[in-house]
Amino acid sequence: MSNSTNLTMDKPTPTSLLDTGAQGLIGEPLQRTEGPLKVSGNATYAAEYALEKVAYGVLVGSDFTLGKITKVDAESVKSLPGVIDVVTDFDSFARNPQQGGETKAPTQGVEDVAYRGEIVAIVVAESFEAARDAAHRVVVEHDAPKAEGRYDFETQRHKTDKPADDQIPAHFSQGDLAGAMAEAPHVLDVTYTTPSQNSAAMEPHATTAHWDEDGILNIYGAYQMPSSDKQQLAKALGVSASKVRIIARYIGGGFGSKLGIAPEAVAAAIAARQLGRPVKCVMARSQVFEATVRRSNTEQRMRLGADAQGKLTAIGHDSLVSNLDGEDFFEPCGMATHFLYAAENREINHDMVRLDWLLAGSMRAPGEAVGQLALECAMDELAEAIGIDPIELRHINEPDCDPETQVPFSSRQLTRCLDEGARKFGWDKRAAPGTTRDGEWLVGLGVAAAARGNMLQKSAAKVTINVLGKATVETDMTDIGTGTYTILGQIAGELLGIPLEDVEVKLGDTNSPPGAGSGGSWGAGSSGSSVYLACENLREQIAEKMGVAAEGLTLKDGHAIGDNRRVSLSELVGDRGLSAEGAIAPGKQEKDTRQSSYGAHFAEVGVNTTTGEVRVRRMLGVFAAGRILNEKTARSQCLGGMTFGIGAALTEDLIHDPRNGKLVNRDLAEYHVPVNADVPQLDVVFLEERDVHANPLHAKGIGELGISGAGAAIANAVYNACGVRVRDFPITLDKILDGLPAM
Amino acid sequence: MHFTINGQSHEVEPDIRTSLLDLLREHVGLTGSKKGCDHGQCGACTVLINGRRVNSCLTLAVMHQDDDITTIEGLGTPDNLSPMQAAFVKHDGYQCGYCTPGQICSAMGMLDEVKKGWGSHVSKDLTNPELTDEEISERMSGNICRCSAYPNIVDAIREVAGADA
Repeated sequence: MSNSTNLTMDKPTPTSLLDTGAQGLIGEPLQRTEGPLKVSGNATYAAEYALEKVAYGVLVGSDFTLGKITKVDAESVKSLPGVIDVVTDFDSFARNPQQGGETKAPTQGVEDVAYRGEIVAIVVAESFEAARDAAHRVVVEHDAPKAEGRYDFETQRHKTDKPADDQIPAHFSQGDLAGAMAEAPHVLDVTYTTPSQNSAAMEPHATTAHWDEDGILNIYGAYQMPSSDKQQLAKALGVSASKVRIIARYIGGGFGSKLGIAPEAVAAAIAARQLGRPVKCVMARSQVFEATVRRSNTEQRMRLGADAQGKLTAIGHDSLVSNLDGEDFFEPCGMATHFLYAAENREINHDMVRLDWLLAGSMRAPGEAVGQLALECAMDELAEAIGIDPIELRHINEPDCDPETQVPFSSRQLTRCLDEGARKFGWDKRAAPGTTRDGEWLVGLGVAAAARGNMLQKSAAKVTINVLGKATVETDMTDIGTGTYTILGQIAGELLGIPLEDVEVKLGDTNSPPGAGSGGSWGAGSSGSSVYLACENLREQIAEKMGVAAEGLTLKDGHAIGDNRRVSLSELVGDRGLSAEGAIAPGKQEKDTRQSSYGAHFAEVGVNTTTGEVRVRRMLGVFAAGRILNEKTARSQCLGGMTFGIGAALTEDLIHDPRNGKLVNRDLAEYHVPVNADVPQLDVVFLEERDVHANPLHAKGIGELGISGAGAAIANAVYNACGVRVRDFPITLDKILDGLPAM
Repeated sequence: MHFTINGQSHEVEPDIRTSLLDLLREHVGLTGSKKGCDHGQCGACTVLINGRRVNSCLTLAVMHQDDDITTIEGLGTPDNLSPMQAAFVKHDGYQCGYCTPGQICSAMGMLDEVKKGWGSHVSKDLTNPELTDEEISERMSGNICRCSAYPNIVDAIREVAGADA
């Protein structure tokens, strides 16, 4: 019998072994298995490996925005006590991080500085203090820039190019949008803007690089996708991928910012190779802001046309986004607009404005997070214009299949989420805008739909049962706070009938089978399926040893039960143990069905009648994302997404100085992520669902569903509270004040 | 110089530029305290100095001769968690875990401040504050959690405070 089981999702998987497992682990709100390590400070992050003779690297970023470097004045700092060297490599250093999942090197070459803060050198010293001091003193001389800087979106917004098609086509058109708009009795044509944002994961980007005696580069790195990061880094360094090992057992948050190899890894690896000793390099928080990745700012024109009853005949979603020269990624604002609502005439376009700002790339729910701010606020505005309830408007426009490709939805419970949420939240108490008052606060309710496309990525895992009857799961998949350690243990434990405490999950090491990595909400579905398949194979091996058919086998509490016998796994597998590999790959189901998770957000806010300050008073998210593998960690993912939504709606605004391209607010005191006092107790409800088209787990992605639409519910609640519609995010008090009713 | 860290004596001669956080992480080998911003803006480095919560990145090691410093490692171990650590696990008061040591140290210091009757911006009674959810949120707002486990952090702290009262 082969000890590997592979599955390409060309067909639905009508049955799942998770429904017949006997261990009782799936779906339960179990505590994180790695929890005790994290709460006691014993989980080891990238900069926390005690390597012998490790040197400290501090990065030097350009303190000018454009121009060719003529000299990095290293000599003046090399004599400082403790300084070992100033290392730079104009050709090899990464200009900016790579995007997630790419196998090419990031854009390299730092001599011609492309944006302010670009990493141009690394100072290495015996201590962090010496390296930091020297890095601050390094003078980087440069020529005047050849061209005038493009620092201001407003002045550049008319010079666009059409980016290459990516996850979705850059441009899409169906029917006659202009004609439908001209004929529609109800039309909306409004423009929303969202600013650049930063993922602001709590752990700054960090790499400890160590070339061992076998010429292998060992990277302890804060990376979400080690399999592809390894290839990116190898190409950047000009070595074979087999010479690079990435270890990322714990990652202090990512949210997209750690998908691709970033400048610190390339710099640390080059310095370590040159100096012949390990180099540890942690970005300063200001460098995380300046030299990693931002979510693009967006300008989104929304056009909606509806008939007298509110049925949409036209949907137009035109987005302007920005990025550096030479970078293809465009913020796919219209991703969910493709399938969220029915309408015959549709245009969904993305155009690129080239700016000399840092890289734009993925941040939690690229596309949907900001795209649904626009779409879901526009739906609210349209409902108001027609004079119907916004939930009713969504009911009227619920499509029965994908409105563009006509393929069926794999599963979709959007309207149930809305109805269930309305009931639980007390939606019937919503009054006319500006009419509910609580002391000095105007109070309002808002709703928005949530949709996040479901994706499956290639992922592999190995599962072993040893002579003690204990299981080990190995894959280079990561847990960035998402709960991977726990859910992979649950899946293996359920299918093998082994208690969770006897399942060890080893993640984040590229010496293990390549996993999907953490991104795009595909982690649980993809890596979970690979573990499922490996365990399915093990079940067959166990059945064979038991002499029963796999279907007649029950595995529970470390025992195999079948044919009226109960035998311990320990005894069955013997001294040599059993192992199997599982691998999942996306297939025809991707095209044969439209796959997405859905939800509904409800928000109640207060707007201060004197100051215009907005406070979120309560929020509810109702979600349907296929099978929920762990109710506790899934709920936490949703809480996190909803809180990102609070930030996007009310506080987060990465400001680029239009005069010189400098980031104005490159720290956590000035870039405002929500703090504890900004977040009330949030409610999360999951609807029961199975998606047989998604994967054998019947689970869909959940990590980004919570952010999609969340900010729109808040914005719509602000309008309901005070009657002021702010279309320029974030909704800060200065944008509300003028429109408030007179005192 | 002499420091008492988690009840143990340490003799270290730090660079005068070394922050207390870097002393702990790079010289004593206690990496439980995290560096999130190095500017006192995120709270991930929070430790207890003579019982009070302090951002250890904002204070130089040389200022702490003979001080009694408690880090996350001093509160409990994976096999023997303190009640606050156990409550964070139970209520899922964390996700990636990077801000967590700071949150927990901060929570310990914060509960002591409430016990001493220190008021806050949201206290109804400035000299005898009641530990409402609003008080917990306000007093824990110096500790950023980008994964946004805030509601669960409040649940964990409320439970521990309740058991203590």
